[in-house]
Amino acid sequence: MGRITLDKVSKSFGDVNVIPPLDLTIDEGEFVVFVGPSGCGKSTLLRLIAGLEDVSGGQIRIDGRDATETAPAKRGLAMVFQSYALYPHMTVRKNIAFPLKMAGMPQAEQDAKIEAAAKVLNLSSYLDRRPGQLSGGQRQRVAIGRAIVREPAAFLFDEPLSNLDAALRVGMRMEISELHEKLKTTMIYVTHDQVEAMTMADKIVVLQAGNIEQVGSPLDLYHSPRNTFVAGFIGSPKMNLIEGPEAAKHDATTIGVRPEHLDVSAASGLWKGRVGVSEHLGSDTFFHVHDTGLTDVMTVRSIGDVAMRHGDTIYLTPQADKIHRFDAAGLRIA
Amino acid sequence: MARAVTNQRKTFNTALAWGIGLLIFFPILWTFLTSFKTEAAAIASPPQFLFFNWTTENYGVVLQRSNYFLHFSNSVIISVGSTVIGLLIAVPAAWSMAFVPGKRTKDVLMWMLSTKMLPPVGVLIPIYLIFKSVGLLDSRIGLIIVLTLINLPIIVWMLYTYFKEIPVDILEAARMDGASLRNEIIYVLTPMALPGIASTMLLNIILAWNEAFWTITLTTVNAAPLTTFIASYSSPEGLFYAKLSAASTMAIAPILVMGWFSQKQLVRGLTFGAVK
Repeated sequence: MGRITLDKVSKSFGDVNVIPPLDLTIDEGEFVVFVGPSGCGKSTLLRLIAGLEDVSGGQIRIDGRDATETAPAKRGLAMVFQSYALYPHMTVRKNIAFPLKMAGMPQAEQDAKIEAAAKVLNLSSYLDRRPGQLSGGQRQRVAIGRAIVREPAAFLFDEPLSNLDAALRVGMRMEISELHEKLKTTMIYVTHDQVEAMTMADKIVVLQAGNIEQVGSPLDLYHSPRNTFVAGFIGSPKMNLIEGPEAAKHDATTIGVRPEHLDVSAASGLWKGRVGVSEHLGSDTFFHVHDTGLTDVMTVRSIGDVAMRHGDTIYLTPQADKIHRFDAAGLRIA
Repeated sequence: MARAVTNQRKTFNTALAWGIGLLIFFPILWTFLTSFKTEAAAIASPPQFLFFNWTTENYGVVLQRSNYFLHFSNSVIISVGSTVIGLLIAVPAAWSMAFVPGKRTKDVLMWMLSTKMLPPVGVLIPIYLIFKSVGLLDSRIGLIIVLTLINLPIIVWMLYTYFKEIPVDILEAARMDGASLRNEIIYVLTPMALPGIASTMLLNIILAWNEAFWTITLTTVNAAPLTTFIASYSSPEGLFYAKLSAASTMAIAPILVMGWFSQKQLVRGLTFGAVK
């Protein structure tokens, strides 16, 4: 259960074409992350799968069945919203029970499922509270609980962590990954945060302006981005993209070097620059290097604490086998 | 930074609030007091505040002279009737505009509001003539129709703002959870919209209860509500202040008591969306 196929699915709002025809297969049990800058159509794509928006063309199949015209309630999918979307007038117990009640499940069975879900999500002591009395993290757990009890064919997450503070977000990220390990159910997760995508996904779908730029495992995307957009989007800090004569030396229009693949020296190296802002994290140091004549600012990541100050001269040397080459259309040259 | 509230300031604020409150309440208080005076005491100069011969004679006269309970039941029927019918029309209208807005929804809302900007007297003659020709003059049904129509824009607007406050996500969540449209309305929408519907209802009952222009001009006896009843005591040939006050007190008492008990909903209705 939980194989979802999009076949030439497209969506337009009036004259605005949000998603041009697009094909995608999500395998059973996969954790797929849709990632892209805001407005790239990732949430719309999720809502098309959920059935909350009608497709303008193409077909959506869930486990081989054509679900294009099926009502959201009948698709067997569960969704977790960014705003949690809990029912404010119901207790946690009733919130979680709601989909079961709608399915006409006997009370005893409902209770057993609710208890089980509450246990998994550490909600047992909050069952009789209302959403208003819970913290953000607890609310998100209730929303997940409401999704779990239905035993859906797939879970859909729409930026579920963006309302949480940074520390909580890391915690919930682990919990969702853990949940996926436990349930082995297909999960589709939308985020604009490439760190979330990299850490959670089995498969990342990078979207831009409704187009799929690349589909692959996190490390595929990191090691061989298909084009300059993916190269710049995946990885933190961003890859340095260099155009001009330096790129021409490598028979490319653009070359890309990740900040962690630049060797730093105070004495000699291939490219010379001046240190701007440096961020000392202890484990790493990030330098923003100016005046290299290659790009406005180059970002460099050095392991450990490197003693260089604002205004110092710095030499950078890219690791030869870590240079990515792109042609005039921005596509990767193998 | 929070401003420190000194005790002195607190006392001042309390006194000011009481002062303004009393100022606003004074006409009602004065009407109430006058209703227990004799006609002579009512026009005495200087005015007598509390030390006069209290009498309930005015109430007796008023009850004897007019059929208070007919007017009272007319008021109830007209205000509740127009509110119920208004809600039946406005709930689906506000619902569709809030949740399935079209391109012209905003224009429709503005257009509806614009009808409230027209002075009612401007349409008095046509409506009077229409009512006359269809035999709706001095009928409760006729008044219910008029009051429903004149208050409809306000009901629709209030409900629209309430429904707008309900996040669409929650309705979508219900849809994802397997709720049919019927269950979505019963279990999710209605409970969430109920406070809004209740305060709209209360406010509209008060508006309809107090509406004087149409009720006085379109009724004489049979369908006359309490507004007409009060007006019948203010005649150009010599005013009887004490009796007029007694009639007014009896007319406003029911709505005052209702307002008192539903204060919380009303305040929410009047200030809804103002903060947050």
